[in-house]
Amino acid sequence: MIYADNAATTKMSEAAINTMLNVMKESYGNPSSLYGIGQHAKEILEEARVKIASVIGADPGEITFTSGGSEADNQAIVSAAELGRKKGKMHIISTAIEHHAVLHTLEKLKKEGFDITLLDVHENGIVRPEEVEAAIRDDTCLVTIMYANNEIGTIQPIREIGAICRSRNVLFHTDAVQAIAHIPVNVKDDNIDMLSSSAHKYHGPKGVGFLYAKKGIRLTNIIEGGAQERGKRAGTENVPGIAAMAEALQEADTHMAENAAHMAAMRDKLIAGLREIPHAALNGDAEHRLPGNVNFCFEGIEGESLLLLLDDKGIQASSGSACTSGSLDPSHVLLAIGRVHDVAHGSLRLSIGEEITEEEVDYIIKSVKDVVGYLRSFSPVWRDLCAGKTPFIL
Amino acid sequence: MALYSEKVMDHFRNPRNVGVIEDANGIGEVGNAKCGDIMKMYLKIEDDIVQDVKFETFGCGSAIASSSMATELIKGKPVSEVAQLTNKAVAEALDGLPAYKMHCSVLAEEAIQSALADYYSKKEATAE
Repeated sequence: MIYADNAATTKMSEAAINTMLNVMKESYGNPSSLYGIGQHAKEILEEARVKIASVIGADPGEITFTSGGSEADNQAIVSAAELGRKKGKMHIISTAIEHHAVLHTLEKLKKEGFDITLLDVHENGIVRPEEVEAAIRDDTCLVTIMYANNEIGTIQPIREIGAICRSRNVLFHTDAVQAIAHIPVNVKDDNIDMLSSSAHKYHGPKGVGFLYAKKGIRLTNIIEGGAQERGKRAGTENVPGIAAMAEALQEADTHMAENAAHMAAMRDKLIAGLREIPHAALNGDAEHRLPGNVNFCFEGIEGESLLLLLDDKGIQASSGSACTSGSLDPSHVLLAIGRVHDVAHGSLRLSIGEEITEEEVDYIIKSVKDVVGYLRSFSPVWRDLCAGKTPFIL
Repeated sequence: MALYSEKVMDHFRNPRNVGVIEDANGIGEVGNAKCGDIMKMYLKIEDDIVQDVKFETFGCGSAIASSSMATELIKGKPVSEVAQLTNKAVAEALDGLPAYKMHCSVLAEEAIQSALADYYSKKEATAE
């Protein structure tokens, strides 16, 4: 089996599993209890906070534990919106390729009267800092732009955008779910005010993440009911999950440089191999790209059948096809970079992990070539393209 | 639980009657690439019997399986019977489809009815 869907989720690391098991067995107390085992759990929680803060260049007091990236995105955006509303600033800037945790929260705010600007990401899937600058108005309360895209892997010029926001005195949030532990992220160097992260994208457990909010930013509660997390996130803390997240993050951070170098080399080999398929195109910038992300469109075929046949060959991947989303529209990210519906349906995302070998990459290339060729052999769309009845797009 | 039934996966992995009939006397194409599914059916009808049927499909697993199953259901059948084929029969023969994939079986029904309509209009044209 070759698991190439690490952008969806990752396998937990041994260290993270062991940490989790140990905490569950030995430190089951409630961190809010005053007796020994409660206070011990509290210590574990605070140690995790210190570890995480140090990896991203934050202070421990700036980290709030959440149930994952989506909750962190929701809380960051709602908090900035509430701060803006009080000052009569009700304009938010984001991009068309954000995760739905961001886009749906913005849609909700739009119904409450906020004005939302979604910036174009152009053909390469990257926002232009000067367009962020130009979009900022006197009533802008937040700029929220993802660090790296989950589908096409493009890395945004976060540091420049952050600097612009600082100079214009506008809060800047970044959904760094795909970036943290994969590429260097430092909230100070990158001028970030708020940041979201999710543990299961870096070999930690599912259902746990964190929100970084710079000191002085007043958070609005999404979940009420207790004094946990300085009163900003109620609910007994997921101590085993949080401890495992800190362990996984530290481990990934320690090996980041070597892992990224290996993955980028394997990614580029994959891209070169898949480019040999006629009428296929890489989605997203080839250079400013996550080390593990490969995303292609193949003309004349549909993504779901491609995924099912790859699964039969032992390769797990994903697609932006409508058929895999449960809706009639293909991926909003592929549409945003200018892929038309017909082509976007034939997309394939391979998100490789650190353990991938050169032999596995060769096998993936061969398998994708075979499956694309097979599906094209009985595709009426492909027949019309080859017969010149409809023009090739790619 | 798997996404699809064993039968859907069997017809998806080993689709029956794939291809083109060069001298087909009834051809139907339905769907569009925008929504992600296109089916093309080729019928060879002689003496009011579907002697041969082939299909080409651009679409997801259930679209390919629905096309394949539909061709099996109509091959060798009299046209009067083929005209009665419903999407429900296709879905049932596949041991069911997920609710949001039922439109794939509808597309198979429409492709066959469209090929049949093409056959009749060609026949009429020749008679005139």
